[in-house]
Amino acid sequence: MEALILQILNGLDKGSAYALIALGLTLIFGTLGVVNFAHGALFMIGAFCAVTLQRILSISRETIDETRTDFLGNPLKVDIPYVYDWFGADAGQMIINWSVPLAILFSIPIMMLVGVIMERGLIKHFYKRPHADQILVTFGLAIVLQEIIKAIYGANPIPTPAPAALDGSFDFGVLIGMENIIYPYWRLIYFAFAMITIAAVFAFLQFTTFGMVVRAGMADRETVGLLGINIDRRFTIMFAIAACVAGLAGVMYTPINSPNYHMGMDFLVLSFVVVVVGGMGSLPGAVLAGFLLGILESFASMAQVIAIIPGINQVIIYLVAIIVLLTRPRGLMGRKGVMEE
Amino acid sequence: MLGLNNKDLRLFIIVICLTVFAPFILNPFPETSELAQFNAGYPDLMQRFIIFGIFAIGFNILFGLTGYLSFGHAAFLGVGSYAAIWMMKLLTLNVIPAILMSIVFAGLFAVVVGYISLRRSGIYFSILTLAFAQMSYALAYSVLTPITGGETGLQIKATDTPLLSNLAEGEIGRANLFGLDMRSSFELELGNWLFTFNAGYYIAVVFMLIAFYLSIRLFRSPFGMMLRAVKSNQQRMNYTGLNSKPYTLAAFVISGMYAGLAGGLMVAMDTQVGPERMFWTASGEVVLMSILGGAGTLIGPVLGAGMIKYMENIISKINDNILHKWFEFMPDGIEDFLVTIIHPFIGKGWHLTLGLLFMAVIIFLPGGLVELGQRIGRLFRRGGSKDTAAQSTPAE
Repeated sequence: MEALILQILNGLDKGSAYALIALGLTLIFGTLGVVNFAHGALFMIGAFCAVTLQRILSISRETIDETRTDFLGNPLKVDIPYVYDWFGADAGQMIINWSVPLAILFSIPIMMLVGVIMERGLIKHFYKRPHADQILVTFGLAIVLQEIIKAIYGANPIPTPAPAALDGSFDFGVLIGMENIIYPYWRLIYFAFAMITIAAVFAFLQFTTFGMVVRAGMADRETVGLLGINIDRRFTIMFAIAACVAGLAGVMYTPINSPNYHMGMDFLVLSFVVVVVGGMGSLPGAVLAGFLLGILESFASMAQVIAIIPGINQVIIYLVAIIVLLTRPRGLMGRKGVMEE
Repeated sequence: MLGLNNKDLRLFIIVICLTVFAPFILNPFPETSELAQFNAGYPDLMQRFIIFGIFAIGFNILFGLTGYLSFGHAAFLGVGSYAAIWMMKLLTLNVIPAILMSIVFAGLFAVVVGYISLRRSGIYFSILTLAFAQMSYALAYSVLTPITGGETGLQIKATDTPLLSNLAEGEIGRANLFGLDMRSSFELELGNWLFTFNAGYYIAVVFMLIAFYLSIRLFRSPFGMMLRAVKSNQQRMNYTGLNSKPYTLAAFVISGMYAGLAGGLMVAMDTQVGPERMFWTASGEVVLMSILGGAGTLIGPVLGAGMIKYMENIISKINDNILHKWFEFMPDGIEDFLVTIIHPFIGKGWHLTLGLLFMAVIIFLPGGLVELGQRIGRLFRRGGSKDTAAQSTPAE
């Protein structure tokens, strides 16, 4: 029983990442009808926003501390970050420690901007082209973005720790009266953050006028256009929001896995599988499938399961995708007639 | 002749000449000159041109004709490679059975994958093939280690004793064709030029010419016509009472066999194989090749394969020192500036160049390099000379 709960918890954080990326992918597909292979790259750019903020905050000036000496007897050189000067040593250190949560604020405008530039600059010209062309051009874009990041930050993973206060684990078992369910704080935070983000996106679509117009546009773009509403601009904003969701997923993911330049590509393939399983164009489907596949994956990597079917943890997601695609062509929650051929 | 019309025959003869004389054509710069680094006429790279050319020709039969975009073709290449290396380890070091086996196994695997994947079309087909390829990769990497060698892959070792090759104790076998070592080459020195004629290369060329010839015949056959019909409107085709599934499956299997042939040849050249050959970026690479050269054209994929492999080997070799040497004649400030600007695009950054080039091709030239050639050809024809017949645009 403990093992099962632990596996469900383990699945949640990976599932959160899948769900967030798949949600963004589905938003883009549902509004603009574009299959965006560069979405993994947006996830990666978000992660590197966190890295960048950490670096910016740690920009230091070098001073010579006369009271201390190094092992050669010379005065010791100390790097003092500028934030220390501005906020005092304690508050400054705290700001640096909390760079990952702060990066959420930092990354939102950047991701918005990246999203708008991408949509207006490139994807706009591909609405009328076949899906294969859209896949290919965004695939090319993904390569370019990934290589740019590699050129700037190098090929090695860059560790970006969570704030020290949130770094430990806690005993989840105590809450529900069981033993041995130790779970890292940050993963729980990641899950909570994912839920909040997803809820925010749904609330935005459901309860605002803007969201209503967008939903109308998703259902019938032409008619909304004929009513004198500039639906293109709203869709551009939705693209930016989707980019933002992917970016935030990346920011928050950095303490779990040190970001490297190919993390986007690694997640992309799986997120596409998630989208297809959930049903192309269905937002709840994408979220549901994301969590479902995340949990399935973590169940499949239990030692007991691997003992029965070796290697199942490596292939379970693809296997599920193949079965779903063949038996239920429109995915778990796909609407009838959307990309169903 | 050979069942080809004049235009195709001319194209075929051009390809024969290019491949046979490649050691000369790809080595235009003397060894001693500064430009020698642009020479591509060494056996390893030339073999790769040919092998990836075959891979791309095969991919093009599926994508170019039927429009089904497979993102998992590297799996067939990998299966072919593994089949070939096991033939060499167990049966004989002669490459012919190994290559035949690689084609057979890749074909069988393609039947299974194709039968399932082709039940869907469009993006779903891409995802399905991608899922199959990733599954094969993951399995080859982990569970199937006894067969695939896992992360380290398979090589021919001193302990391997193929049944039909009588090797001395502890001798590491080498791939050969009836005794002709694949690595043996004949070097011709002419003044400052050094031309290498490699046995393995010419064997690969023979296979590639056969593959190319078959693909021309396939493009011009009623079967090829049927595949084009699938691309332009499968639904209408089905409404006329015609079952298009066997045709697409046949195209899928043929193109899988081409990939297997490429995998077998790879093993024949360097007698090793690893699972990274099946990773989905490897499948992405063959997509890049076909599109870059021109999907749906005969010669396009070969051009694309050559171009990408050339860039990979040559651009990645350029470094800052070489750039400094090139821009030496400029004032220091401008020289440094130019080098800094170009730096991210060369050396390890060649993927960036490739990505940008690929995007440019998709955006501006959906027909790839072949379309570029045709446009330039048209420009010249319109521009001055009236002898339109003499101008030969790259044939479709």
